Amino acid sequence: MQVSTDTVWQWLSEIPDPEIPVLSLTDLGVIRDVDWDAQTLVVTVTPTYSGCPATAVINLDIETKLRSCGIDDLRLEQRLSPPWTTDWLTAEGREKLRAYGIAPPVDGTRSKAAQPGRLARLRGEGAFSVACPRCGSENTEKISQFGSTPCKAAYRCKACLEPFDYFKCH
Amino acid sequence: MADNVQTGDPVANDMLFEWLLRRGDTALVLGHRVSEWCGHSPVLEEDIALANIALDLIGQARLWLSLAGEVEGKGRGENELAYLRDAWDFRNVLLTEQPNGDFGKTLMRQFLIDAYQVPLMEALKTSRDNRIAAIAAKTAKEVAYHLDRSADLVIRLGDGTAESHRRMQEALDALWSYTGEMFASDAVDAAMAEAGLAPDPAGLKLLWQETVNAVLDEATLTKPDSDFAHLGGVNGRHSEHLGHLLAEMQFLQRAYPGATW
Repeated sequence: MQVSTDTVWQWLSEIPDPEIPVLSLTDLGVIRDVDWDAQTLVVTVTPTYSGCPATAVINLDIETKLRSCGIDDLRLEQRLSPPWTTDWLTAEGREKLRAYGIAPPVDGTRSKAAQPGRLARLRGEGAFSVACPRCGSENTEKISQFGSTPCKAAYRCKACLEPFDYFKCH
Repeated sequence: MADNVQTGDPVANDMLFEWLLRRGDTALVLGHRVSEWCGHSPVLEEDIALANIALDLIGQARLWLSLAGEVEGKGRGENELAYLRDAWDFRNVLLTEQPNGDFGKTLMRQFLIDAYQVPLMEALKTSRDNRIAAIAAKTAKEVAYHLDRSADLVIRLGDGTAESHRRMQEALDALWSYTGEMFASDAVDAAMAEAGLAPDPAGLKLLWQETVNAVLDEATLTKPDSDFAHLGGVNGRHSEHLGHLLAEMQFLQRAYPGATW
């Protein structure tokens, strides 16, 4: 008998992200669809960043989990479009990030393609502050545009002096 | 996939294959060059940043080369295309294979390419081929972030100390003659543009110049007064540097064919 897709979503919500295990794959928003194609369960996954090494591990973890739940006939599909965005991070996921010590994305601050505004932004206009996930201070500074994974940037809190990762708006 | 432009496709498959190799090889060769910094950057944060940019680029290369293999239809996938072709079969622009030099030269090379990739990917989002549009939409977000970073560092180093300014000007002077190739259209580009699959690269030059002029001005750097352009990379005529790069990148698959882990 086929289990409902709701049940499958529930199982998927129990799989931790391999690099940020405090988030589940459903918190991260990378599972785009779950459906039955006759007897085959089809799970559609989108990559976060093109080269994120976690993508292969995520696929393996999904397969392992679903097989352990008794799903033998299974197909994983990759969907590129629409591209993954941090807008899909659940509210719950954002709070989990903060509690884990990673500042969640500040919405509306992703890099734009348009030239007008880039120089102004590089000069610091329209700068946004990232609150320290430990002490809550907004007196923080960016150390590097990349952190421990492609999805993060490195920051430092000037109040409590702790370094921290910022999950970039993408 | 039925919704792709295939039935009655006005672009011959070999043209599309060539064009896809240009995208994939440009990302792959630049990604490999940037990855050479891993463990050697001036500070830890920059080391991590360069490694992450290399990852993005290699990920983009995988998407383009996988599609190229699919279009070619001869059973070659991303791995065969990346590891089992020789230099004359690579279609990257010459700028990407130029050696890293110092940190400033690496950043200048990155900036000159990022400023081109951003308008190219934006334009490709509306390609009539859904597969191209999907890769472009994914890539556009990443290269916009890369451009923010490389432009920021070109400005900081150009308008930095006398030493950093000198190095950035030397990097710009050394790399300038390799930028023209990005905008040199040929029959492949014309066919792609005609079919609504990709923009004519010549049409991207104004957008590129707008970014480059503004950033170089802010960086107090002087744009070389020459239009001379080295050509040939996208047709398989490369500088000697590419062979050395491939010797390292392809060593494992050449020495141990089919090795996996």
